[in-house]
Amino acid sequence: MTMAEMTEANGSEEQLPGNAGLGVTKMPGPKQTANGGSAVAVAGQHIELGQTIGDFRCENPYIVAENVNVHYGDNHAIKNVTLEISKQEVIALIGPSGCGKSTFLRCLNRMNDTIESARITGKITLGGQDIYGKDLDPVALRARVGMVFQKPNPFPKSIYDNVAYGPRIHGLATDRAELDDIVHTSLERAGLLKEVKDRLEEPGTGLSGGQQQRLCIARTIAVNPEVILMDEPCSALDPIATARIEDLMDELSQDYAIVIVTHSMQQAARVSKRVAYFHLGLLVEVDETDRIFTNPQHKLTEDYITGRIG
Amino acid sequence: MESSQITRRKVEAGLPRRRRREFLFQLAGMLATTVGIVFLGVFFADLFVKSSTAFVQTFVKLDVEFTENVIAPGGEWDLTYADFDGLVRSALRSEFPGVSGRSERRELNRLVSVGAGYQMRDMIEADPKLLGARESLWVPASSIVDMYIKGNIDASLEESLRPLSDKQLSWIQKLQDSGRLETRFNSALFSNGDSREPELAGIKGALMGSFYMLIVTVLLAFPIGVAAAIYLEEFAPRNRWSDLIEVNINNLAAVPSIVFGLLGLAVFINWMAIPRSAPLVGGLVLSLLTLPVIIIASRAAIKAVPPSIREAALGLGASKMQVVFHHVMPLALPGMLTGTIIGMSRALGESAPLLMIGMVAFIVDVPGGFSDPATALPVQIYLWADSPERAFAERTSAAIVVLLGFLLLMNLTAVIIRKRMEKKW
Ligand SMILES: Nc1ncnc2c1ncn2[C@@H]1O[C@H](COP(=O)(O)OP(=O)(O)OP(=O)(O)O)[C@@H](O)[C@H]1O
Ligand SMILES: [Mg+2]
Repeated sequence: MTMAEMTEANGSEEQLPGNAGLGVTKMPGPKQTANGGSAVAVAGQHIELGQTIGDFRCENPYIVAENVNVHYGDNHAIKNVTLEISKQEVIALIGPSGCGKSTFLRCLNRMNDTIESARITGKITLGGQDIYGKDLDPVALRARVGMVFQKPNPFPKSIYDNVAYGPRIHGLATDRAELDDIVHTSLERAGLLKEVKDRLEEPGTGLSGGQQQRLCIARTIAVNPEVILMDEPCSALDPIATARIEDLMDELSQDYAIVIVTHSMQQAARVSKRVAYFHLGLLVEVDETDRIFTNPQHKLTEDYITGRIG
Repeated sequence: MESSQITRRKVEAGLPRRRRREFLFQLAGMLATTVGIVFLGVFFADLFVKSSTAFVQTFVKLDVEFTENVIAPGGEWDLTYADFDGLVRSALRSEFPGVSGRSERRELNRLVSVGAGYQMRDMIEADPKLLGARESLWVPASSIVDMYIKGNIDASLEESLRPLSDKQLSWIQKLQDSGRLETRFNSALFSNGDSREPELAGIKGALMGSFYMLIVTVLLAFPIGVAAAIYLEEFAPRNRWSDLIEVNINNLAAVPSIVFGLLGLAVFINWMAIPRSAPLVGGLVLSLLTLPVIIIASRAAIKAVPPSIREAALGLGASKMQVVFHHVMPLALPGMLTGTIIGMSRALGESAPLLMIGMVAFIVDVPGGFSDPATALPVQIYLWADSPERAFAERTSAAIVVLLGFLLLMNLTAVIIRKRMEKKW
């Protein structure tokens, strides 16, 4: 029986009061919770629904996700996740494949709206504003929350047009000179300007994979977002290109909140301030990066970072 | 024995059989392709041989005197009273002075097409100063002479069994000897409308009819088809209704075309009272016919746009419409255009639905607009193929060659558009 089926059987539809505290220890064996025993067995370990270990809250939160649940049809992909993210921090989402990292990330800029079967409940606020509120247009939200995808996906247009696209549709530049300026600064900040400044009119698809990914980053920051979401941005890149993008993240974290999904422990350790560990749709543990990697509280977290799951 | 060796032995044991199967499969494929190519080759060779003679036509040289009292009996020349055929007759008489008697003269007159008189009328109309002048003219020979010259009439048959009498044959011989008989390019085939006389019949009327129809079709079917495809693919919610629509569109593409003709007859002619036989109705019916083709091709083209491009644009804050018009359309356009051209070439080759809406009529005038009575190229082929005259048979083939030429041209355009506009990503 899969995890999802079990939770369904246990009637997890009810919203549980989120993250009541350190409910789980590395103790084996069944454990009853105060909520009426909706404990679920995973790999000999028990997690109580909606209970996350560690600092899932933070000071000055900018993004606040409260009791977020995502269903894809019958598949309960995100289970009652509560997480706060502050501005000027890099938070890494880690976890085994299929645990819902991308799904959670895509909730933050409402990209899940495009998936017909997806159903999202709970509350997510950005700077105090409910992003699933009726008065909020996802188009405006996505201008504030930029996204970099796993596979570099430049438009089949020139390098210039790739970067200029966002500013153009949002009317950020009043004239050509201003647009040129935005394109140049964005490429510069993405560390790509030197390589492409003589070939801005050439197609963006003609660049190498690493260059394409930096182009996508330049395209994202050209809109001047508040948050950048990155879904495994380096998974298709070699170590050198990866290092460049990590440097870039470091630099960008001065101005933006960055949420990055990664499968590389080393990358999470290098770039992030906090790490959130997901497991089968549950947010198991959130903590400072150093603490998570040196002293994980939950057995699942430990198993994952030491390479026993995933 | 080591297990890896056992595996290898098993793999090797199976190899000959796999190779044999592969070989047989390839052989079957090659055979099928060859059969197809042979059939196509035979078809084209036959068509070209049969049609080649239609592109030339026999002409007779006559010394014509534009006698005033024949064409301008009242002093001024007058179309109603002018007897241009009389000019031709007297020219023939002066060529063959020995011919006497009504029946013999009639036989003589039959050597030259009735088009000769029209030719003279046109000349006088263009230049009235010709009145009273003497001119040496090449006029079209009648179709029996043409057929004889092209070798389609066997002179060795008994006189009563062939359309040309011994006398006529001797006159033809005489004309040939004096260099007054020549085969030249058959420009009438491309500049005339239909005619009862094969030597005067041309495909221009049918071509123009087809042209006007296709204009109507493309103007209607392309925007509607593309808009429907975009809506269904990008905006419509997926539910039972959209499934139903999808199934129906696919079914429409498979509906026999004559059914669309019946629909056109009922809706456009009987109910909306659009004149029958007009390219407008034809175009409307053909749009109905091509719409499903265009919708299906456009949807496939839209589907083929990588979702990553959509996600990238959405992620930047583009609205759904911006995604469609800035990113999806440019990438899908080559596929949409290809689909449209393929739909158009299907429309160009359709005849059955046009039969139902009166476009099968015998129409001499070349249509000059969307509401003039007209016929279409495939219908013209059908009409000519039905004619008993031997001379229409070669014209049928010629019309088919022209139709195939246009189809080839359209498909070539589709390929070129595809190649030139397709972007790499
Ligand atoms: N578009 C979708 N439609 C239906 N189910 C989906 C969709 N996307 C993801 N899922 C399901 O949601 C669950 C979480 O998927 P998600 O993509 O978020 O995992 P992930 O943690 O990002 O995995 P990975 O590390 O492999 O990228 C999976 O069970 C997956 O099958
Ligand atoms: Mg993912």
